[in-house]
Amino acid sequence: MAAAARTLFDKVWQRHEVSAESAHAPAVLYVDLHLIHEVTSPQAFAVLRERGLKVRRPQRTLATMDHSTPTHTAQVFGGAPIAIDSAARQVAQLEKNCAEFGVELLALRHAQRGIVHVIGPELGLSQPGQTIVCGDSHTSTHGALGALAFGIGTTEVGHVLATQCLLQRKPKALALNVAGRLAAGVTAKDLILAIIGEIGVDGGTGHVIEYRGPGVQALDMEQRMTVCNMSIEAGARAGMIAPDETTYAYLAGRARAPRGAAWERALEDWRTLPTDAGARFEREVAFNADAVEPMITYGTNPGMVIPIGAPIPQRPDDEAFARALTYMGLTAGQPIKDQKVNVVFLGSCTNARLSDLRAAAGVLRGRRIARGLKMLVVPGSQEVKRQAETEGLDRVFLEAGAEWRESGCSMCLGMNGDLVGRGEYSVSTSNRNFEGRQGAGARTLLASPLTAAACAVTGRVTDPRELL
Amino acid sequence: MEPFRQLKSRTLVMAAANIDTDQIIPARFLTTTTREGLGRELFRDWRYAPDGTPRGDFVLNRPEAAGCRILVAGRNFGCGSSREHAPWALLDYGIRAVISTEIADIFRSNALKNGLLPVIVEEAISEWLIGHPGTEVTLDVATRTLGLPGGALVRFPLEQFAQHCLLEGVDELGYLIAREAQIAAYERRHA
Repeated sequence: MAAAARTLFDKVWQRHEVSAESAHAPAVLYVDLHLIHEVTSPQAFAVLRERGLKVRRPQRTLATMDHSTPTHTAQVFGGAPIAIDSAARQVAQLEKNCAEFGVELLALRHAQRGIVHVIGPELGLSQPGQTIVCGDSHTSTHGALGALAFGIGTTEVGHVLATQCLLQRKPKALALNVAGRLAAGVTAKDLILAIIGEIGVDGGTGHVIEYRGPGVQALDMEQRMTVCNMSIEAGARAGMIAPDETTYAYLAGRARAPRGAAWERALEDWRTLPTDAGARFEREVAFNADAVEPMITYGTNPGMVIPIGAPIPQRPDDEAFARALTYMGLTAGQPIKDQKVNVVFLGSCTNARLSDLRAAAGVLRGRRIARGLKMLVVPGSQEVKRQAETEGLDRVFLEAGAEWRESGCSMCLGMNGDLVGRGEYSVSTSNRNFEGRQGAGARTLLASPLTAAACAVTGRVTDPRELL
Repeated sequence: MEPFRQLKSRTLVMAAANIDTDQIIPARFLTTTTREGLGRELFRDWRYAPDGTPRGDFVLNRPEAAGCRILVAGRNFGCGSSREHAPWALLDYGIRAVISTEIADIFRSNALKNGLLPVIVEEAISEWLIGHPGTEVTLDVATRTLGLPGGALVRFPLEQFAQHCLLEGVDELGYLIAREAQIAAYERRHA
């Protein structure tokens, strides 16, 4: 039997092979769900037009707008024009493309709009066993539901629109076995940052990671999404977590999840997906969640990360390391704790779901953010925004002195008007601390929602456990 | 896509590891609906000071950079976002090949689809190239070799299918469209 044992990834891959790979050609892989947005799709639709092609399966494609869209209520709902002209044109182009090619669009004022990787699971569209692609590297998020989900380029967006397929070489499988459990005040964000710190920003290149073990099974769905989201920051093609009762409970009753007899059939199928005992991975890495502490980045890639109480490492002969610290205005050997913070961003496809907002609000309730500090809270979707408002979380943020915005990618990447200033320090719950990511010259420290909220209160890098 | 058979050029060297796509083309230039003109903004924030003046110490601004079509870069080039604007910007500027010990998966895939050749070499070769900027080298797609001064030839990995697409200048979309019958059969089986 051992020879037939397969991984979750093997199973999802094989059931989507229109044709298997050979020495001469890659596999033709069928795509179940294609998510598109305004930034990486216009040139793909242009190719369809040039070549006289249609969208082959419009019902397998869903469009939304999130990257270049404003988060100011006045620009979203108030009738004020989108401040960035080129962004407004991009939004208009997506509307035109979707209307012309018959693709469903959750447009700017749609009640279900949001960050593409938040709304897929939220609507129950993203399901176990599917192949899901999007012209965005954080598509790995959907792997939390047991899907094979990965980012593609714009040319490939065109391939999927025209043929519902992609040409792919099968990546290798990496098992990331997580023992133990996260301690109080330590979150899934800290776990994935610690993992990237361990395996490196290219530690997963060429691989699909399956996160496994008790440390992963104990996570709720939104925490699992945070973990899978950052798989790409370790260079991995995708991250996956086997579906289990947590997954099924999350999906049951969602707007676009199967219902009735179809739900029962789906469930029966999904239960066959987890990796078989004895299945082989090309690589295995062991990790222990017990010892993970709140983590924070100090450099210019997500692998430059330390426990919040630790000093910044010293690497005397490493020029790139020195350059990164110069950019960040930080000193090797010094603690990161108590570093002054100018901006706190709570948002992004990594950490803008309801549980993230609840965690941050728990720290901010009855407190004020530090004087002179700017805090932006940007829900991951309009649905998350509504739910948060129902619970009164918006009041907590506003009373603390933070701004409460409409959903979108916002300050995660400086292309929609939400920016961190040159030289300013931002504690951000997003996924990338690359130079200039949040604005030219911006200095990003990645952390969890709990840590971000704690830093907002004190105006300095702060261990959230001191405020819990 | 233009066929890519051989390329002879001096090299540009950017030795840093983990050069991400936000450096290659910052997100603020992604609010475009076309592929053209991105070369102007290639490495924008490394290439220009905030006031728009070129930074003299940046490799692209040196006189010897003119005409170089091969970029030698540190490990894990092109990591980060899936933006195809990164290879578009490099190509628009005039770069036709990137040589590194490791190139990020999505960037590599995007590069090949646009006729930008990703070349993976061993550490020792990379170190030598990084230590000798401006060296004239030759890339040959048919033989999958990098030709160094003095005639040494170094093989690089390039799968047959990608090699065929580069040599013939064909894109993958045509190949996929030709698989229509198989795709339709798959859909019937999984309906």
